[in-house]
Amino acid sequence: MSSEPLAATAVDTAVRSNGSTGEWLRQVGGVLRLELKKTFLSRRGWWIYCLALGPFAIVVLHWLIELQRSRGVINGRHSLGEDSIAFAGIFLLYYLRAGLFFGCMGIFANLFRAEMLEKTLHYYFLTPLRREVLVAGKYLAGLLVALALWVGSVAGSFLLIGRHFGTAWSEYLWHGPGMSQLGSYVLVTALACVGYGAVFLMCGILFKNPFIAAAIVWVWEGINPFLPSVLKKISVIFYLKTLCPVEVPVPPPFNVMVTETDATPFWIAVPGLLTVAAILLVYSAISAKNAEINYGE
Amino acid sequence: MSDNLITFTNVSRFYGEVLGINNVSLSVPPGITSLVGPNGSGKTTLMNLMTGLIHPTEGEIRVLGIPPDHPERLCRVLGYCAQFDAFPKGITGYQFIYSFLRMYGKSDAECDQRTRASLEMVGLTQAADRPVAAYSKGMRQRVKLAQATAHNPRVVVLDEPLNGLDPLARSEAIAIFRQWGGEGRHVLVSSHILHEVDQISDQVILLSQGYVVAEGQIQGVRSEVKEQPMQIQVRCDKPSLLAARLFQQDHVVEAKLSPDGKGLLLRTRDADSFYLLLNRVILDSALEVESVAPADDDVNSVYHYLIGEGSSV
Repeated sequence: MSSEPLAATAVDTAVRSNGSTGEWLRQVGGVLRLELKKTFLSRRGWWIYCLALGPFAIVVLHWLIELQRSRGVINGRHSLGEDSIAFAGIFLLYYLRAGLFFGCMGIFANLFRAEMLEKTLHYYFLTPLRREVLVAGKYLAGLLVALALWVGSVAGSFLLIGRHFGTAWSEYLWHGPGMSQLGSYVLVTALACVGYGAVFLMCGILFKNPFIAAAIVWVWEGINPFLPSVLKKISVIFYLKTLCPVEVPVPPPFNVMVTETDATPFWIAVPGLLTVAAILLVYSAISAKNAEINYGE
Repeated sequence: MSDNLITFTNVSRFYGEVLGINNVSLSVPPGITSLVGPNGSGKTTLMNLMTGLIHPTEGEIRVLGIPPDHPERLCRVLGYCAQFDAFPKGITGYQFIYSFLRMYGKSDAECDQRTRASLEMVGLTQAADRPVAAYSKGMRQRVKLAQATAHNPRVVVLDEPLNGLDPLARSEAIAIFRQWGGEGRHVLVSSHILHEVDQISDQVILLSQGYVVAEGQIQGVRSEVKEQPMQIQVRCDKPSLLAARLFQQDHVVEAKLSPDGKGLLLRTRDADSFYLLLNRVILDSALEVESVAPADDDVNSVYHYLIGEGSSV
C-alpha cells in the first residue's frame, strides 16, 4: 500500500463548495448511472419484467391465433372495435390495477428500502450529495426504468392487438382514432409511473415494510369505483381513469354498487397528478434528510 | 482554531431507552486518535454521529467547523470506512470506487485517475475489474478503505480497519495511517487490537458504557490514574541494592527481582520521587543502569485499569 500526499488546496476549495446547479446535475447523473447499473436488467427484478412483458406476450399470442383464423385454420372472428375494448379492459384491469401498480411498487419502494436491507445506503450518505438530490436521482432512475418497461409494453401491446386486421388496422391507426388513443394510453401510463412512483418511493423511505402500506393503497385504489365521490378523488386511479380514451363498463353484479362522479377535466387531472407527485417527492426529500443509517443492529 | 478540530459538546445519543453515548465532550486534534472500549461502549455511535449517519439526541458536533447534517460540505473533507461488510450488487472494485467518486461532481478523467490511484494504494490494481462479491475478506476491507479515502479527505474515520487483513496488509495499512497522521490529517481509528492501537496512536479516547473514561496521550492518561501504582522496569547491575533502598520509601508498593538477576520491576505511587531516588542511588553506589522504562503506560494497561479485566474489547 502507498499513499498520495494531501492536496490541501484542492480540499480547501472543496470545503467552500456549496453545490451549484451544474454540480447537482452532475451528481444526479452519477446517481442515475449507478442506479441504472444496479437495477435495470438486474436478476432481482425478474418478476417486474414478467409483469410488464406478460400482456405483450398474450397479445402476441392473440395475433398468432388471429392469423390462423384469417387462414381458416380456426373458426370465428371478431371486430376491430371489440379488440379496442378488449385492450381498454386489459389496460384498466391489468396494467393500471395490477401490473403497473405492483411493478412500480417493486421498482420504487426498493430504491431506498433494498439498500437498507443490503446495508449499502451509507455509501450514498457518505458522499457530498444533498439528500434531496439523492431522492431526485433515485426517483429519476426508477422513473426511467418504469417508463421504458411500461410505456414500451403498453405501446407494443396496443400496436399489435389489431395487427391481424391488416390495412384496416393501419387505417384505424393513421387515419382514425388509433394514434390519439395510443397517445392517451401512453400519457396515462407515464402519469401512473410518475404518481405511483412517488407514492412508493415515499413508502420505501418511511416504512420498514413498505409492502404493507402498498397493500393498503392497492385496496383503496381497488374499491375506488364504489366509494362516494369525495373519497373517489383521493386516489391516483380516479384521475387516470378519466384520462383513458375508451371507457370500460363495470360488469354486473358489481355495476349496481358503482357511484357516479363527474369526470375530472384533462387540465385538472394532469397537473393535479403531477402536483400530488411533487408534494410526495418533497416530503420524501425531507424524510431522507432526517433519515439515519440504522440497519437494525 | 476550532476549524482544525473535531469537537463534541455535551453530545448524547439514545436509541429509544438504550444509551448510545452520554454527555460526551471531546476535542480531537489532527493526528491518529484511537477509540478504545468494549463492545457496546459507544465507539461506532461516536463515529456514526461525527459522520452524520445518525443524529445526536442532544448536544453539538463540529468536524473542522462543519456540522454533520450538511453532507454536501462535510463529506468533501471526511471519509468514513464503516464496519458494514456489504457492497452494491454486481459491481467491480473499480466501479465501486469510481461510481461514488462521481457524486463529488468531478470529471470522468479525474474520477478515473483517483480511482486507479486509490486501488494502487491498497494493492488491488490487479483485482480492479473483478466483482467485489468475489473478493476475499481482506480484499473487501482494502477496497472499502480505498473507497473511503479516494477523494483525499482531511478527516479519515475508520471503524475496525485492520479486521480481516493479513499481517503484511496490516503493517502496510498502519504505515498509511501514520503517513496521513504525519501530514496533519485527522485519523480516527477504532480497534480492539490494543497493541496495534499502542503502536499507531498519537492519542486515545477510552470509552465505557457510553461514557468517555479518558482521553489524551496515553502516557498522560496513565499518569492520571493515581489509584494504580506505576510499574517501572529497571535493568541494572545491582538490582538487590536498588530494591533495598526502595523498600525504605513509602511510595514504593512492590519491587520484584527479575529471574535473570539483572532487573527489577517495581510499583510506585510517585514516579517522580522514584526517579529522584534512582539518581541518588546511581551517584552514591555507582549503579550501572542499562535501561529505565515505564512498564504499564501502554493502552492495554490503561484500558484494564480504567475499564476492567472482565471487559471484552
